[in-house]
Amino acid sequence: MYHQFKELAAVDITKEAMEVGPTAHYVMGGVKVNFDTQETCIEGLFAAGEAATGLHGANRLGGNSLSDLIVFGKIAGEHAASSAKEIEQFKEIPESEIKEIIKDTLAPLSRDEGENPAAVVSDLRKMMQDKVGIIRTKSLLEEALTDLDNLEDRSRVVFGGSGKTYNPGWHQSLEIGAMIDVSRMCTLAALRREESRGGHTREDFPVPDHSHWGKVNSVISMNDVGEMEIGFVTYPPIPSDLKELLDSEDLQEEE
Amino acid sequence: MILGAVTFSVFRGVPDQDGDPFGKMVDYTIELDEGMVVLDAIHSIQAEFAPDLACRWNCKAGKCGSCSAEVNGKSRLMCMTRMDEILEETPEGGAVVIKPMQTFPLVRDLVTDTSWAYKTDRRISPLSGPEDTDWVFSQQEADRVQEFRSCIECMLCVNTCHVMREHQKFDEFAGPRFFVRLASLEMHPLDEKSRIPEIKDDFGIGYCNITKCCTEVCPAGINITDNAIIPLKERVVTEFYDPIAMIGKKLGLRS
Repeated sequence: MYHQFKELAAVDITKEAMEVGPTAHYVMGGVKVNFDTQETCIEGLFAAGEAATGLHGANRLGGNSLSDLIVFGKIAGEHAASSAKEIEQFKEIPESEIKEIIKDTLAPLSRDEGENPAAVVSDLRKMMQDKVGIIRTKSLLEEALTDLDNLEDRSRVVFGGSGKTYNPGWHQSLEIGAMIDVSRMCTLAALRREESRGGHTREDFPVPDHSHWGKVNSVISMNDVGEMEIGFVTYPPIPSDLKELLDSEDLQEEE
Repeated sequence: MILGAVTFSVFRGVPDQDGDPFGKMVDYTIELDEGMVVLDAIHSIQAEFAPDLACRWNCKAGKCGSCSAEVNGKSRLMCMTRMDEILEETPEGGAVVIKPMQTFPLVRDLVTDTSWAYKTDRRISPLSGPEDTDWVFSQQEADRVQEFRSCIECMLCVNTCHVMREHQKFDEFAGPRFFVRLASLEMHPLDEKSRIPEIKDDFGIGYCNITKCCTEVCPAGINITDNAIIPLKERVVTEFYDPIAMIGKKLGLRS
């Protein structure tokens, strides 16, 4: 850090003040996995690290994601390998689905008149920082959901430039959909969670609500018509061996 | 401080049928803000004009060694090269010239194929120390090899080395990066492998005529020539060419 400040900003942080600002740098939510195997609800699909959820609660402490991905990456890898060995025959994938995926993947390369994906990503980042950032309110979160609809429309017609070799514009075009999905999940969960906890701060609900929200997780899934649906589930009781590790303040929240 | 509009002349192209770079320099003019580095300027060009401008990057902190390129003819990491410094050296009214590393085969635009580095790395036997891993050595011994561990494998040294750049000795010569690695092993207090014969014969250290170009471009500030290559050359000389040592060997006074 000393080296970076010195080289890039000509600031000696041992002698001068450095500027510090909060930013989104980690997603505490993620894909739900079985905690023994790291398998998701889709058979044969495993997740670990920041992509998975359940380990860090409402706020991750610095350094913990590295140990997370080393420990649970190993577990996920071992179970993925053993489950792959047991597959005797792969499920048939309809030819039409493959064709559709190829068509969608190649589409950003042929929209010569489309917008630069970087513009959509930049607007998405700014909007999320402004409206789903550090301090959240009901009205801003509702605005964010509308903004996401508009950004999603724009993301569907971007032009990723030409060529399939090492084309960052094409990669960005393919990523925006997922970025918008994750942004929408964050926004939806933040809107519904009427309390403040960990990395989530609501100006209109500034204190933690241990009796209700402290006991539920937000689970977002796709409904029959392909829309996001949020549900709330209580998590299973903490096993006694883990409970022993909690300090009195944590235990108070649990009761 | 706004630095104003600056023109960049960036190589755009792909390899031809023979694998040689085929393309042209394309001019882009963008507005610069205070504190920008060359990589920020490339990202602005991608966002404004050329989503498909290929450029490899990751950490933006001089630690991953991905964004190596030639800026105004000099091998540098784009993320650690400040635009205010570049503008000072760029002739007034002239463009900032950005090209991919010329020593490695072109993939596209600013991206090159550095897979040679992985192949060469695999030719080097890893540290071979005592089986009992309860290793003890003095701080002084640790300090000597510590400098070599700060290598980020950006390959700027290999790109600038004339043995590689002008004479393409990829098979006979390990290049500065791998002499750094070999030095870290050869000088390791517990490494038991005799490495000097292969450093002379397989890795061709004799090709280096200590022009120090590699040291000059190293973004990690490793004294490649003085601390890695010259001591290895001295060990080769002692082992193979020192007349007194030869007599000593004949008389059985040294091995």
